[in-house]
Amino acid sequence: MLVLARRINESIMIGDDIEVVVIDIKGDQVKLGIKAPKKITVHRKEIYNEIQQENIAAMSPDFKPDMLRELSDYFDKDKNGKKGKK
Amino acid sequence: MGVRVKTRPFGEIEINEKQIIDFPEGILGFDYVKKFIILDSHDNSPFKWLQAYSEPELAFVIIRPVDFLHEYELVISPADVEAVEAESEEGLLVFAIVTIPANPKEMTANLQGPLIINPLKRIGRQAVSLSDKYRVKHIILEEMENAAKKG
Repeated sequence: MLVLARRINESIMIGDDIEVVVIDIKGDQVKLGIKAPKKITVHRKEIYNEIQQENIAAMSPDFKPDMLRELSDYFDKDKNGKKGKK
Repeated sequence: MGVRVKTRPFGEIEINEKQIIDFPEGILGFDYVKKFIILDSHDNSPFKWLQAYSEPELAFVIIRPVDFLHEYELVISPADVEAVEAESEEGLLVFAIVTIPANPKEMTANLQGPLIINPLKRIGRQAVSLSDKYRVKHIILEEMENAAKKG
């Protein structure tokens, strides 16, 4: 891994069109500004980890496909409720 | 062309080849699976199945976010839209993966990582929401109750 020391307002370039600027440093927190083309996605790494964990949780083999029928009923009730209000 | 496929909810069924959707990046945590099909669950049910084409045991329950959260808005990066070879978000199919715990009433939908599908090109992707409003666990029945209260 490349390690660079930077001060506030200094930046690094990744390739020709991605710039990462150190905006502010407070205690153990660094505020970064990222200038990148629209087609580059930038997200905090935790978000990927959270989505991955949730995908794995969703795949629990305990869930029986037949149970979906019962769960679908909640949505019918919702629809009926709306009709009733009119 | 009809092809036979083994599914988790329905056993072996025949589908049309055109129902197969490519997920070039797979789904986070399951990125070895690149092809999926979408199957209805029951009549009038908002739930569908995202079934892995070559892995019978791998199938996610999915739901359209607007089916439980009427004011849902897709907020994603243009890079995600481009990845499914779409020109805009219009016309994309959007689903959330549902997690159903031991108490099914506590089922949650993942709005942090919405699934987007370009139906014309049959390309799909798990995008990342850019909105702070959306998290990995939204309790579906609670969201519906809240919406009902608001009227």
